[in-house]
Amino acid sequence: MVSKVTIDENRCKGCGLCVRACPKKIMQLSKTKLNEKGYHPAEVIDQGACIACASCARTCPDAVITVEKE
Amino acid sequence: MTTVFKKTPVLTDTVMHYCPGCGHGIVHRLVAEVIEELGIQDRTIGFVPVGCAVFGYKYFAVDCVEAAHGRAPAAATGCKRVNPNNVVFTYQGDGDLASIGAAEIVHAAHRGEKITTIFINNAIYGMTGGQMAPTTLVGQKTTTSPYGRDPEHCGKPLRVAEMIATIEGAAYVERVSVDSVPNIIKAKAAIKKAFQCQLDGKGFALVEVLSSCPTNWGKSPAEAMDWIKSDMIPYYPLGVKKDRTNE
Repeated sequence: MVSKVTIDENRCKGCGLCVRACPKKIMQLSKTKLNEKGYHPAEVIDQGACIACASCARTCPDAVITVEKE
Repeated sequence: MTTVFKKTPVLTDTVMHYCPGCGHGIVHRLVAEVIEELGIQDRTIGFVPVGCAVFGYKYFAVDCVEAAHGRAPAAATGCKRVNPNNVVFTYQGDGDLASIGAAEIVHAAHRGEKITTIFINNAIYGMTGGQMAPTTLVGQKTTTSPYGRDPEHCGKPLRVAEMIATIEGAAYVERVSVDSVPNIIKAKAAIKKAFQCQLDGKGFALVEVLSSCPTNWGKSPAEAMDWIKSDMIPYYPLGVKKDRTNE
């Protein structure tokens, strides 16, 4: 299955709830990037392993995650 | 590509002022998604509280009224009675609903007002800096209970959902939580049922949502969600407290 997780990085507050919720453990807070507000935004480290369950998006308090699948 | 999940248009594009990991953002989204799914965006009016959710009117893409502290159910009563075809909801925290607004919520339920109340219980006053609320757990440290809540002095935490469920006029009362994805999905179903209760003219509906306040609890967002599960849910059991929507 091909899936795509898009994160609106500048709206992300780096709370990490998506990292906690992801069953495949493929999300992390960026170790290198800072966004406009100075937070480390969430990122997907292995898009190929994503099962498009949208757990990350459902737990995100700021609705910054969009999930699509083929 | 098919979209599995995207932000509902019933939430505006304004960046929410909430702290990172705050449960308010999750509940705002659930309410907005329910309004979208029920197709009632053009006739819904929200009443937002005093407290952290005071700027709710900037985030819900529906008409909103900013009520005086604790008085959202009273203001919503007037709105619903004058405009019975509108869908009227209040969104209130525990400092607003369970403390200064306790009389208003009890009597709105008592009169069986056909409104929907979303009640956020995070066991603390968030906006004012983490003071003890009626819902603060025994032993929980806050800025006004630095040694932990003492039940001899302050009483035990108020279980609002159970209290409202005893009132004849209440048609639907449920307590849910946003500590995990399965519970978030259940919370949305409860909020949808509470709005449907109003659409069907059944009476007053209240959904109590156990939510997190990482900043004032002094925890990380993930630790705060774990604390809901380990400490809040045992005292505030989840589930339907009253349901006469099928009568």
